This record gives sequence, C-alpha cells and structure tokens, in this order.
Amino acid sequence: MKEYIGILIILIFANLIALLIVGLSYFLGERKPKKVKLEPYECGMTTIGPARRRISIKYYIFAMLFLIFDIEVLFMYPWAVVTKNLKLFGFIEMFIFIIILLVGYVYVWKKGALEWE
Amino acid sequence: MDVKFPVDELILIAPEIILCGFGLLLLLIEVFLKTKSKSFLGILTLVSAGSALVFVLKLSSFSTDLFFGLYSLDSLGSLTKGLILVMLILVVIMSLRYVEREEVISGEYYPLLLFSTLGMMIMVSSKNLLTIFVGLELMSLSIYILVGLFRDNLKAAEASLKYFLLGAFASAFLVYGIALLYGSTGSLDIKGYLEVIAKGDTSTVLIIGVALIAVGFAFKIALVPFHMWTPDVYEGAPTSITAFMAAGVKSAAFVTFLRVFYTAFLPLIKQWGDILWLLAVITMSYANLTALVQQNIKRMLAYSSIAHAGYILVAFVTGEKILSSSIIYYLVAYTFMNVGAFSCVILMGRKGEENLDIDSYAGLSARHPFVAFCLTIFLLSLTGVPPLAGFMAKFYVFSTAIKAGYVWLAIIGVLNSVVAAYYYLRVIMYMYFRDPVKEIGRIDLSPSYILVSLICIFFLIYTGILPRELMLLAEGAVSVFF
Amino acid sequence: MSEYIWLIPCFPAVGFLINGLLGKKLPKAVVSWVGCLSVFFSFVCSAVLFFELLRLAPEARIIEKDVFDWIVSGEFVTRVGFRIDPLSIVMCLVVSGVGFLIHVYSVGYMHDDPGYSRYFTYLNLFVFMMLILVTANNLLLMFVGWEGVGLCSYLLIGFWFEKDSASNAGKKAFIVNRIGDYGFLVGIFLLFVSLGTKGVWTLNFSELERNANLLSESLTALITLLFFIGATGKSAQIPLYVWLPDAMEGPTPVSALIHAATMVTAGVYMIARLNFLYSMAPEIMFIVALVGVLTAMFAASIGFAQYDIKRVLAYSTISQLGYMFVGVGVGAYAAGIFHLMTHAFFKALLFLGAGSVMHALAGELDMRKMGGLKKYLPTTHWTFLVACLAIAGIPGLSGFFSKDEILWKAFLFPHAGVLIYIIGLVTAGMTAFYMFRLLFNTFYGKERLDEEVKHHVHESPKVMTIPLIILAILSIVGGYVGIPHALGGGAHFEKFLEPVFRGVSQKADYHHSLVVEIGLMVLSVIVALIGIYVAYVYFLKKPDLSEKFVKKHEKLYKTVHNKYFVDEIYGFLFVDNLLRVGRFLKNVIDEAIIDGIVNGLGYFMRGLGGILRFLQSGYVQAYAFSMIVGAIVVVGYLLVKVIP
Repeated sequence: MKEYIGILIILIFANLIALLIVGLSYFLGERKPKKVKLEPYECGMTTIGPARRRISIKYYIFAMLFLIFDIEVLFMYPWAVVTKNLKLFGFIEMFIFIIILLVGYVYVWKKGALEWE
Repeated sequence: MDVKFPVDELILIAPEIILCGFGLLLLLIEVFLKTKSKSFLGILTLVSAGSALVFVLKLSSFSTDLFFGLYSLDSLGSLTKGLILVMLILVVIMSLRYVEREEVISGEYYPLLLFSTLGMMIMVSSKNLLTIFVGLELMSLSIYILVGLFRDNLKAAEASLKYFLLGAFASAFLVYGIALLYGSTGSLDIKGYLEVIAKGDTSTVLIIGVALIAVGFAFKIALVPFHMWTPDVYEGAPTSITAFMAAGVKSAAFVTFLRVFYTAFLPLIKQWGDILWLLAVITMSYANLTALVQQNIKRMLAYSSIAHAGYILVAFVTGEKILSSSIIYYLVAYTFMNVGAFSCVILMGRKGEENLDIDSYAGLSARHPFVAFCLTIFLLSLTGVPPLAGFMAKFYVFSTAIKAGYVWLAIIGVLNSVVAAYYYLRVIMYMYFRDPVKEIGRIDLSPSYILVSLICIFFLIYTGILPRELMLLAEGAVSVFF
Repeated sequence: MSEYIWLIPCFPAVGFLINGLLGKKLPKAVVSWVGCLSVFFSFVCSAVLFFELLRLAPEARIIEKDVFDWIVSGEFVTRVGFRIDPLSIVMCLVVSGVGFLIHVYSVGYMHDDPGYSRYFTYLNLFVFMMLILVTANNLLLMFVGWEGVGLCSYLLIGFWFEKDSASNAGKKAFIVNRIGDYGFLVGIFLLFVSLGTKGVWTLNFSELERNANLLSESLTALITLLFFIGATGKSAQIPLYVWLPDAMEGPTPVSALIHAATMVTAGVYMIARLNFLYSMAPEIMFIVALVGVLTAMFAASIGFAQYDIKRVLAYSTISQLGYMFVGVGVGAYAAGIFHLMTHAFFKALLFLGAGSVMHALAGELDMRKMGGLKKYLPTTHWTFLVACLAIAGIPGLSGFFSKDEILWKAFLFPHAGVLIYIIGLVTAGMTAFYMFRLLFNTFYGKERLDEEVKHHVHESPKVMTIPLIILAILSIVGGYVGIPHALGGGAHFEKFLEPVFRGVSQKADYHHSLVVEIGLMVLSVIVALIGIYVAYVYFLKKPDLSEKFVKKHEKLYKTVHNKYFVDEIYGFLFVDNLLRVGRFLKNVIDEAIIDGIVNGLGYFMRGLGGILRFLQSGYVQAYAFSMIVGAIVVVGYLLVKVIP
C-alpha cells in the first residue's frame, strides 16, 4: 500500500487547490449580472430557438462507421512495428483481418449506409 | 524473435472457422441477393452449424493448447461447443418458420446468430482471459442487436437498449477485474493465477479482481441482484432469441465461469464460496417468488431461468471438481427443456399477436392437445418431475451439495423447487382444467416447431431414464480440472 | 426358438399397442384380427417351445433367457428375463390357448358393443401381463405381471363403467386384491432382505432355489405365509374371496378368461413356482390345504342358493380354486397344476356357455326365468352338459382325473389328510349337485321364459359356438395326459412337471395301495352321482320339493342366499371403520391442519412475490443501481474476508 500514498497525497492536494481557487474567486470576485452576460455564449451569434434540436441520424451513422474503421485501422500500427518479426504469420493474420474488415465495408456500402440521401 | 505460423493448428479450430466464414458469407449473400425469402439463409446456417458440429465431434478426442496458449481444445470445451451447436441448430430450425411468420426484413438474423455462437465457442474454449473477453463481447454484441431486431416493436427496442447499457456496464466490471488481475500477477492465463495463488500471494488487488470477474459473469448468467435486465429482455426479444439467450448465453457463460474459477481460483474458495452461497440462495428465492405472480409466460420463464441459475450455483459453490459434472449435466438438460418450452411459446403466437398471457393457455388441451402435451413435458421437466432429465439434473446438483456437506443449501434448493412447481404447474392446470377464456385463433403447427419440440422431448425422456451416458460425458468434460 | 422366449408375451403387447393407439380408427374386422392373431401367435410360439422342451432331457428342460438389465443398484441386478420350464410352458399354453378361443368367442359376443376396440385392447393387455407373470424368471418381474393382470381385471370388470354396479365391482376387486398384494409385496421384501443379509441379493427363481437353505425355518414360514396372503387375494380364497362373485359384472368372456381360467389361478401358479420355499414350511402348507378345502366347501354351499347363473359359476370357481390349493398344499404340485389346466377348459366352457345363453336371452341371468332351453340352443346345451359332467367328476372326462388326483394325494397327506379328503369328497358331491341344479334349471324342465324374450331366442353364431365345441373336446380329452398309474395310465403330466418340483413332490414312499386308490375313486364317483341324482329329483322330477325345502328352512336358505352375510360383516368390521378414520383424516388432519398450513404458506409466498415484483421498476438506472449494490457487496465481502 505504501507506494500509493503519494497518489493519495496528490489527490488531496489537487482537490484542495481546486476548491481553493473556486472558493477564492467566489468570495473575491465582483459580480454584475446582465442579460447578455447570462447567455450561454457571451460572444458570437445570438442563440435562437431551442437547444435540443434534432440532428439527422445520418451523422450518427457516419460517426459510428468512422469510429469503427478508424479504431480497426489503428490496430495496424502496432502490427507494422513488429511485422518484421512476425513474418508470414503476421502477414496472413493481417490479411485475414483486412478481409473481414473488407466484408464489413462491402456490407455497409451495399446496405446504403454511406449514401447521404 | 521469430514467430512461426502454426498452420497445423488451424484444422483444430475448424468449427470456429466454419462459423466465421459462413457468417461473413451470409452477410454478403444477404446484401447482394436481397432475397425476400430468408429460409435460404436459414438452410445455409443449418449447413454451417451441422458441419461445425461434425468437426467438433471429430476433434472431441483432442486436448491441447493452441496459438501460444491463447486458445485451447479440451473435453470441456468440446462438450460445450457441441451443446451450443445443437442448441443453435434447434433455434435455427424453429426460426425457419418464425422469421417468415414475423416477416423479419433484416437478413442479419442468421449471420448474427452465427457470430454470437462463434463468440460462445471462443469463450468456452480459452484459458486466456483476454480471449475469453473477446468471445464474450462478440457473443454479447451480436445478441444486443438480435434482441432489438424487430425494430417496429417498442418493447424489443427498449429491451435491446437496456440490455446493451447494462451489458456494457457489466463488461466494464469484467474487464476491470481482468485488468486488476493482470496488474497484480502479470498474467492473463488462468493457469498463471493458480501459480501465483498457490504461492500464497493473495494481494488485495487480486481479490478485488476476482470479485469483479465474478460480478461480470454473474450478470451474464443472471444472478440476483445482477439479473434485473433478464425479465425485460427476455420478454422484449424475439422468442427464438429468448430461447437462444436462455439456453446458449447461460450455458456458455456458466461453463466459462466454471472454467475460470475451478482452474484458477479454487484455492480461494473459502473467500468466494460464501458470497456465492448467499447469491445462490437469494437468486433461487427471489426468482421463484417473483415468478409466482407473473402473468406473462415469457416473463415467467425468464424468472424461471434465473432460478435455474441459482440451482446450478448450488453445485458451483461446493468447489468439488469431480462433482461439478452435475453442473454440465444440468446445463445440457436445461438447454433442451428451455428451447422446447420456448418453441411451444412461439407456436402459440401469430404475427403481431404473441398470446403470451397465461389466459391464452386456458383450455389449450382441448383444442390443441399436442401443443399442450409438449409444453406439459417441458414444464414438468423444468419442475423436476421424474423420469424427465430435469429431475435427474436437480437430483445430481442437490446430491452434489449434500455430498460436499452443503446440506442447508440443498434444503433451500429443494424448498425452492417446491415453490417453483406452483408456477409451472399453474400453466399446466390452465391448459388442462380451465375453460378457454379467449379466442387465440388457428395455431400454426409448422413442422419446424414440431420437430424441435419432438427432439427436445425425446432427449429429455431419454436422458431422464438413462442418464448414465450423458453423466459420463459430463464427467469426462470436467476432468480438465485435474 | 428358445432364444425368442420373449416373443411369447411380445405378440399380445403389440396387439395391445395397435388396438390401443389406433383401435378407434380401425374397422372392427381389423381390430378383431389383430386381437385374436396376436394371442394365436403367442400360442404357436408356446406350442413350438413345448415340443422343443419335450425333445430335451427332463433335467435340461429349464431355459432362462435374460433380455436386458432392468434395475442395477450396487451388487443387485434385476434383469428382465424369462424362464421356460415345464410349469411355465403349461401355463403359457393354457393362457394363450384358452385366451385365443375366448378372443375368438368375444368377436361374436361383443360384436355390437361401442367399446369394441377398448375391449380388445384390455384383453390383449391382459394376456400380455399374464404371460409376463408366468414366464418371468424373477419375483419382481412376476410382480409386474401380477399387478398388471390385476389392473386389467379392474378395467374389464368395470368395462361397462356407466353401470354403477360394474364400476363398484371393479373397485371392490381392485381394493380386495390390494390387501393380498400387500402381503405378497411384503413377502418379497422380507425374502429379499433376509437373503440379502446372508449375502445373496437376488430375486431370480433359480438363484432363490439354490440359496433357499440359507433361510431360517421361522422366516420361511413367515415369508410363505405372506405369499399365501397374496395368493388368497388373487385366487379368491377365504378370507379375500369376496370380490370374485361381484366381478361377474364384467363381460362374460372376461369372466371366462380372467375370473375362471387364468388370472385367478395365478396364486396357485405362484405357490407352485415357489414350491422350494413352501416345502420348507410344512405348517404353512397345511394352512394352504386347509384354507383351500374350507373355501371349496364354503363356496360350494353358497352356490346352492344362487339364481344368477354367472354367480353360481363364480362360486364354483372359488370352490374349484380351493381344490387346487388343496393340491399344492398337500405337496401334490403337479396335481394342483393339472386341475388348474382341466379347470381352465371346463370352467371357460361353462362361462362361455352361460354367455351364449345370455346372448340368446338378451342378457337374462336369472335361471328362474329359463328352463327348457335345450331345444333352442342345442350346441350350447351339449357343450354345457359336457362341462357339467367334467366338473362333477364323472369318469372319462378331464375333471375326474384331476380332482381325484388331488383327493388321493390329500388322502395320503400325513397331517390330517383324511379330514381334508373327507371335506373334499363331500364338496365333490355338492359340486355335482349345484352344477346340475344349474343345468336342469337352465336347459331342462318347464319353459319359464319371458314372452318377449321367447320370440327371438336363437343359437349363437358360429364364431361363438366353435370355441365352445373345441373347449368341450378339451374338457373331455384334457384329462388323458394325466391318467394315473392306478388306472393303467402313465401319469405323463406329473412326469413332465417333475423337473420343476424335483425333490419336493410328495414322495412315493407312502403306502401306495392300488386297491385303496381305486376304491376311493369309486367312492368319489358314487358321491358325484348322488349329487346329480339329488339335483335331478329336486329340480327336474319334483320341482316343488325344492320350493318346499326353501320354505321349511327359510332362515338357513336366506343366510346362504345372502352369502352368509360375509360382505355385510366385512362392511361393518372393516369398511365402515376405515371410512370413519378416513373421514377424520380428511376433514380434520388434512383439510383443516395440513391444507391450512399449505394454503397459508402459499398465500404468504404469493404475497411476498407481489411485493418483490415492484423491485422490477423498468427503469434502467434502477437496474444499474442494483448491480452496483451487488458489486459493492461482493467486493466488500471479499475484502473483509481477506483483510483481517
């Protein structure tokens, strides 16, 4: 347990300091609330309409697809580092991996998930 | 460091390769052909499951570690894989008609079934926690989708989302536990933990890891209080998927749970035995009591499946390696009675009208004696009435508890099965002694349901009267713990 | 062929399945063919086996074949196995042979019954069970057959269950039999345990025979007594005979097959089968003989005062069964079985004859409304006459040989043998009297038929009369296989059965006096003739004599007519008291106390479930919370456990 005491100390200090800063600004700061000041964005365009708008589901699909393929491609980095050692084994494994990805890609494509309209 | 490609080991995972290949293939066929009739996909699924089963049987005599210890082939894994594949075949047979009836548009139904089966198979045949986790996630993710496959059905969507959220939650526990174990021992191989524990090195971190892994598995096998998702999900899911989950997920998760705890953490049984003892008692009692007041047969069966997990846990907490064969026996019997019962539930429904309330079953014996008879057999087996397999299963489990000195646990278990008899027999009573309350229309006695029911009935009676062969198989399976 | 012993019971089982499962959908003709042929095949098998046995040396005539392991428990193994030896093959032939004839007869008799296929289903099941009973090679399988025939008997007595009296009679038969079965079962347990403690866990007959000497004398006596209680139930002996007369509510062919020819002889068969045990308990054998002879006389006397022809035959059956018990009781097992066989022929014939009369008279049973049927029913009359002569013991017919054999062996019995002989002899006279009373009242004398019935009195169809004729022939010649040495015969029957009763039959070292034997035969013939003559005088020559007699001794007559009020006494002593206890148990113990507890618990549990269901709120955050709580408890507990 000993080795974790440092962490505990940091935890305590970090919290204390955060509380301190927020508290200080609360007590010391001057507040003159105005309508403009209370808006979410003090600058930029004026906010009109409700905040909880519907966003087209297509964004989500794109986001998800991006995430999936992105993460899966990420897998290739560590592979690339050790590919010399893995030799044929690594090559074949990655080949299979990419084929599976490809099937997914074809599936997504043919399903029409990549079309905006 | 050079790594040689273990080509010769590929044949040993032929069943998994077949399922994976067919799953991908079906996915492509689905998007390219866009056939209206899905039974073609169903037949292909049957072919793949059948050929995988053949390979599992052929490979069942092998026992070896594969791929640098990430994967393994042994009797426990083979038996469970065989069971899961048989279960898959039964579910697919009944799906042939069910999918058609419910007009499922998504062709992903069968590929997802294959993928989740693949996940189960990976899960039960690995001694490496990471591989186990990958298998478990593959299984779970596929099933989250399957549960919500009827998108128009609000209940299904709700069930799917709930299952996904809570499942992710539980996975977090599991993976956190794995991380802690890795942190404290530097190993992901369950044999490795045994070495560390055998040295007497039981750090707090390791114990927390064990506890969290237990929580993760407890979610999958639905132990109280990690069971809350079960009734909602079982009710909302397409009934064939409910059968698939009740039988497959539970068996796979239980076998993995058994493998991990009996291989690695048996020396710590003093620690986790008590808490699982408590969970078993709470699970059985809570589930049975709540099942008493259910009016919906799928919810009732959901609670019943929770209760059965409790019964199995009774044998689990004993920590007796030899006697743990009773767990395997129970899982096999349980699989068949559950699939059978759900096939009858499917039979009762029609498109858009599932007839799940118990009133639909009133007077069934007069109108559809065959359906009533089948359901009666399954319910009696679930109750544990001889000569059906359900009885032998309960008998083995409780006698295991008694042999290991857990007399009180066995008594609580038996009392619980008495309570359980009430809600099973109530359905039978409705079918045979009540007059029909409502018109349920014509029942679709398709051969695909009847075949499943008959296979299950045959199996239940056969292994109930001659339990010896299956018991020997189960004993062979648990011999991996020695 | 000996490999295929199991075929013998198998055929009726197949018939049972076909008729039972499909009977309602099959045409009547198919049902009849299936029913009859299945029994006929059994008979053919038995016959083939019989001739095969004849070819073997007498010592080798015991064949055992195990079919499969039935119960395996530690050292104890019970197999479903069959045993063919002279005793069981005789039984097989009788059961399947007579059974076949009665099946054929039933085709005519039951022709218009709505429960036709059900009838043949039961009948086939019965033959199956009976064959199991007689071919079983161990007590347990025999008990299966024993209970099975009991079940069939119940089903067939209550065949017309819409009639109250029929269903009551069925229940009565079943319950009375249970009392006997209880004795039988306890006997099996006792035998099993007492041999087991000596290290021999077995119920197989041959093994039992080999190890019987391990049993102590008192134990053997107790076991055999228990078995005998079983036999009194099934074979209708004092005190458990009361069910048989009521059993006549069933269809007449059933009475012929089950309650005359086959099932009721199971008790005799059982004692003969267990002869090695009985021979070790002479006191019990004496009891068997005594009960037998008393039953014989008692039942015969009731037969005097009955008007229902089937009831007369029922009491006659009880009486004749008494003779068989005398036979096995005095150690003359072969004689007992011999009488069993001949009795099967002539008693089946009598019942079928009675059935034929009923058939002709639209179900009339009261002999006061018959008379003079000779000219209407010639075939029935002639065959009935033959049967009456046979049962009365007129020389040349089968009954004479078998009955005299028993009486002669009883005479030689060292324990009070002469007494038993005398009672038996008197009973023989009584038998002749009441049988001919029946014959004269039915077929001779004045016609006392109802006018309505008279118009359509007709002889039965061929399918019914041919079995009658065959049985009549058998009733005549059936005895020739066992003509005793004294009459120049070879006593083939006794010799054939010898291997089974080896070493236990009455030894030939009694003073075998030819003169005495023949003298006794003549005596019994004279007694029989006197009986017939008295019946002739009272019922044919001067019918008013019998009426006068009844008037003069009205009290006695009433007592006898009401069967000595035995049913009423049993009812008062046992049934009422048992009912009272039962009512108390039901009303107070069961309904108030036990049901109260059970229902209370049930309501409590349901209430609990009703509360618990609210935990299932449907909110996913609540579910997650429950998981968190669970995880904290699990982790916390383990930590507490590990960190001291």
